Amino acid sequence: MTGLLPAHEQDWYEASARERIAGLLDPGSFVEVLGPEQRAMSPHLAQFDLTGAFDDGLVVGRGLLDGKAVLIAAQEGRFLGGAFGEVHGAKLVGLLRAARDGAKEGGPQSVLLLLDTGGVRLQEANVGELAISEIIRAIVEARIAGIAVIALVGGRSGAFGGGGIVTACCSRIVVSEHARISVSGPEVIETNKGVEEFDSKDRALVWRVTGGRTRRLTGGADRYVKGRVQDFRDAAIALVEKAPPLTIATLQAEQRRLAERLRLYGDAKDAPEIWEKAGLSDPTHMADLTDDQFLALPMPKEADHDAR
Amino acid sequence: MTLDDLIASMFPAGHAVKRGLRSTVHGAGRLEDGTEVALIGIVDRTPLTIDAAIEVAGYVLSVIEKGGTTPILVLVDTASQNMARRDELLGLNEYLAHLSKCLTLAALEGHRTIGILYGHAAAGALIATALSTQVLVALPDAEPSVMDLPSISRVTKLPLDKLTELAKSTPVFAPGLEPLFAVGAVTVRWDATKPLAAQLLTVLQAPLAQHDPRDAIGLERKGRLLAAPIAARVAMEANAHG
Repeated sequence: MTGLLPAHEQDWYEASARERIAGLLDPGSFVEVLGPEQRAMSPHLAQFDLTGAFDDGLVVGRGLLDGKAVLIAAQEGRFLGGAFGEVHGAKLVGLLRAARDGAKEGGPQSVLLLLDTGGVRLQEANVGELAISEIIRAIVEARIAGIAVIALVGGRSGAFGGGGIVTACCSRIVVSEHARISVSGPEVIETNKGVEEFDSKDRALVWRVTGGRTRRLTGGADRYVKGRVQDFRDAAIALVEKAPPLTIATLQAEQRRLAERLRLYGDAKDAPEIWEKAGLSDPTHMADLTDDQFLALPMPKEADHDAR
Repeated sequence: MTLDDLIASMFPAGHAVKRGLRSTVHGAGRLEDGTEVALIGIVDRTPLTIDAAIEVAGYVLSVIEKGGTTPILVLVDTASQNMARRDELLGLNEYLAHLSKCLTLAALEGHRTIGILYGHAAAGALIATALSTQVLVALPDAEPSVMDLPSISRVTKLPLDKLTELAKSTPVFAPGLEPLFAVGAVTVRWDATKPLAAQLLTVLQAPLAQHDPRDAIGLERKGRLLAAPIAARVAMEANAHG
């Protein structure tokens, strides 16, 4: 039914990668690069009896955000879980290098990264992993050149594995309630360490450990939004303006910030222990709050920072 | 090769390496001409926890804070990232990203960063350590991997024997040094039967690419054919429009 709504009114979680781009950018401004008609597909999937996608699950290009030129990439979480393969990864590497190279020559000053991924595509494990490493280096180089790289997370595949690491390399991170960000997925931890370490079927637990609200409260995300594409658009417009630079001072501040998190919450095994120590009232009912109630909460001091 | 043998063979002129709290190391080695190289690392095949990641990142930052262009050697014998609910709850992704950013920025600040992979490294720990350096050296014992074949078999639903057979014809998914060398992740392999000091000197003196050369290396080695041309094409076209 989402197709009946205007693009910006759509639900981010339900929307496809192309629908998210359409609603996020100024109407009609998106110009795709290496689009599906170019058939840049994975050559590796056939040997696993998998059908490829004409865009290998990543849409890249440029457009306007509130009148300003931006570069944009969106992962299609419904194609192989949005996972990073060789072509998929290389498209993002190319886009980030374009941002870096264009920074001082009047090119777009920001990159929007719509992550929706389970991490490395295991059928292409080595080339996917290496692509993630190249993406990290390209993000760092782009940020040093002055580019704001904004991660937007709220799709059904979340931002897992290398996707979680890439997220935390960005200048700013926007999440919705549905956003799940972590490295090892709950199923992987359960398989390796047992159900008593992490019960991946316990959806409330998974949400508390990896979800958008926990990330926002601890400073793992910079902005929490309601679930419409328009909400992500508003946040992106606000955040591209004042993204923190990536300097030695930034990383020194991040070192202090992450050390302080360990000092304050290092013993915690579940989110309510953190929320209680952070002084939030009624920490056991965080999941029951509406988005409006959550947005009205006073944030702990560690939630807002420029140390990323 | 043990850590002690590795360090001794690289730095016959002298070294001082301390153990950190969590199977981390930090210190310095001296080259024949007297110049110093910073040594940091995660060792003992230890999973990379949030605690270890921030400790190693702190060592990187302290090298940067001293100024100069001291090269940084990152000794790597880890496992995967630590698989624990507590680490994920506290934002393991941020700790790994922080370490990776510190190493990447150190290189851009003029510290040549060289990963020395002499043992294990897998998945997110491989990304945050060995793959975050400019030059990745592998010893013959190195066992890098993204995911082991039984796990890939479970996820892809392909029988293990078929995967093992497939792995012989393509380096794109199988674990191990050979495939990761072929795709361009590993820059150079060392010969452990010869003194490592001379091989280290070669790596320290080799010209460095201005930007990430790994896609071009993978193309040259015919292990990763599409990454370089696709990235180049997107980079060109993304800036050409509008």
